[in-house]
Amino acid sequence: MSLRTLPLLFINLGGEMLYILDQRLRAQNIPPDKAKKAGWTDQDRKRVMNDIITTMFNKKFMEELFKPQELYSKKALRTVFDRLAHASIMRLNQASMDKLYDLMTMAFKYQVLLCPRPRDILLVTFNHMDAIKDFIRDSPSILNQVDETFRQLIDMYTCLPSGEFQLIRQTLLIFFQDMHIRVSIFLKDKVQNSNGRFVLPTSGPVPWGTEEPGLIRIFNYKGEEVKRVQFQNGGSYISPLREGSYDLFGDRVLKLGTNMYSVSRSVETHMSGTLKSSASHTKENVAPNPLAKEELNLLAQLMGGLELKKTSGSDHSFRLNLFNDDEEEENAALLRPEELSYKVISIQANEDQERNKELSRIMGAFQSEESCVQSTSKGDDLLALMDGL
Amino acid sequence: MMYRKEKSIQMKSSASALYNNLSVLPITEKNLTYFSVVHGNTVNMVSASADGLNFSHRQLQSKEGSVTVSSSLIMQASWCALPSRVLLVLTSQKGIQMYESDGSIMVYWHALDALETPPAQAVFARGIAPAGGQYICVGTSSGLVLVFNIPAKGTNITLAEVLAEHREPITDIASETCTDKDGAADLVTADDSGALCVWKCGEEFKLLSKISAYGVSCSSVKLWDGVVAAAYGTGQIRVYDAVTGALSVELDAHARWVYTLDIAPQSGKLLSGAEDSFIQIWQLSRSDSGTIEVEHRHSECVTDTQICGARFCDPQGATFAVTGYDLAEIIRYVQI
Repeated sequence: MSLRTLPLLFINLGGEMLYILDQRLRAQNIPPDKAKKAGWTDQDRKRVMNDIITTMFNKKFMEELFKPQELYSKKALRTVFDRLAHASIMRLNQASMDKLYDLMTMAFKYQVLLCPRPRDILLVTFNHMDAIKDFIRDSPSILNQVDETFRQLIDMYTCLPSGEFQLIRQTLLIFFQDMHIRVSIFLKDKVQNSNGRFVLPTSGPVPWGTEEPGLIRIFNYKGEEVKRVQFQNGGSYISPLREGSYDLFGDRVLKLGTNMYSVSRSVETHMSGTLKSSASHTKENVAPNPLAKEELNLLAQLMGGLELKKTSGSDHSFRLNLFNDDEEEENAALLRPEELSYKVISIQANEDQERNKELSRIMGAFQSEESCVQSTSKGDDLLALMDGL
Repeated sequence: MMYRKEKSIQMKSSASALYNNLSVLPITEKNLTYFSVVHGNTVNMVSASADGLNFSHRQLQSKEGSVTVSSSLIMQASWCALPSRVLLVLTSQKGIQMYESDGSIMVYWHALDALETPPAQAVFARGIAPAGGQYICVGTSSGLVLVFNIPAKGTNITLAEVLAEHREPITDIASETCTDKDGAADLVTADDSGALCVWKCGEEFKLLSKISAYGVSCSSVKLWDGVVAAAYGTGQIRVYDAVTGALSVELDAHARWVYTLDIAPQSGKLLSGAEDSFIQIWQLSRSDSGTIEVEHRHSECVTDTQICGARFCDPQGATFAVTGYDLAEIIRYVQI
């Protein structure tokens, strides 16, 4: 469908990821005198945020991202975010990464579904961009980098007609279709039902450019209005708020896409009922996908732009837990149903080793010290790397 | 006028958020009703017995011809009932597939040419309607309307004409559904800019009127008794005289983007469904002076569901069915 969807998907999911990481890093933060024991400091949090944002908005990476293209499979995109989350000194284990990704995707699904007009997806994106800029407000060089992407978004999207935005929205909704993971922050806020479906309000302001439903106007053949009749539409809508700003700076008006987490809501970021919701998950391409390799090459091209900072010997890396404690994290890993696992991108790498050399080279650049895999065959090396994700 | 919710029909997978994502075909001789709903690259087909007790399912994939690359997403599936035969037409990112009505045999495949399209432009076909007794019309993302000549039997389907009046992607196509009316207008085509074209079918299709764009997509359109009903992204429905293109009625109908319209041919009941989770039912009529009028008759809220498809299931409009994004069921309503 729309070939302009990928940048919005990536930036908004990335924005949600940063909200969650920031909140978890703050919630688990400890005064400097005890920092050594805890393992990380406020400095570390800033470094993680800076590193991830720098990687996310890498110039070459953004160039690839903004090329017109179809969306990737869920697994391929998950691979990109696994890499991105590990672009700094912070490490997440499988269970925490799964949970992080579930939270990100459900949050953006909610925003796409609820945005009043298809065009408002752009305001959701700008809310994320504004927040990202705030995270790195003390680092002028990163700020420039983010602003460059911001301008690119404005150039590419603000002039698009409403039909193209609807196509983008429909493409995103197909991507998120059948995901009904229940998120406690949404359940608490009563915006998600216990069956995993989001609550759609039938009251409040109508979207900008829309009339409140309830009026029938009849015209004669000369085009003169001859009759007006009111009707009960079943909802209780009010007139629209003003339109949000599509400029680099400005009031977006729309709240979707702003940071819904805060330190005081720290315990609310955990997920509930993943197991119960498993029945409503459709399995994604269990059969071998002939596209996998083609897609992987695209992915490699995309990620070729992602430069990872290698942690030098003197640096320490630390682990972030998305759960309340280690035990809960371990349990989550054990309880996670098979069909919810994003774990493996399976590729028949051996079939075409030549073709995969470039990919292995690029993927090689992503190896963090811990996951360094020694192997003689580059094809095997790649597979091992991907399996290690 | 009141409707009661009936037992839902379960589908093998959920409905995608696409315009007019429900097609209904009553098979009167067998006392069955066929339903089709698009899910990603699959079409869910369900045949339901009249008593609502027996269902059989079939799923069609968008695996096009000999093309071995990824299966593409389907944009729409709709039955086209011609006097001689009924075909199920699927439109996707790759092209147009035509099947026998039960989905058993593919009788025709038309590939879309991606090369003609600018690189950033999505390629797809969307908008399906039978026309003039022997044609099936299908719209494309480049704004063309392809007119296929359908023989009474067999697979010798040919592209008869290409209508190049639209500049934006086609969103929906509708043919005159009022059978006892030998009106001038046979067909209406709609696009993403909101422009409508009204056509007379024949050896060569003739443009009767062009209703100009008004800045937002027309997502669904219907033609009944010389009246065009068109639904827009602003939540409005506009009713026009088909031949003159004059605006007759404007309805502030929905709070969000309208996804689907239907008209019951024997009663003139109009059905609209939107992202705001409401189904609205209206009555179209002509006054003695010839003015077209619309009255509101009923509201139905399908809680927490962005409606993407809704169709009357009988010519009187006494029953209708609804689908919504992410919902793996077809909800049915019966007039009481």
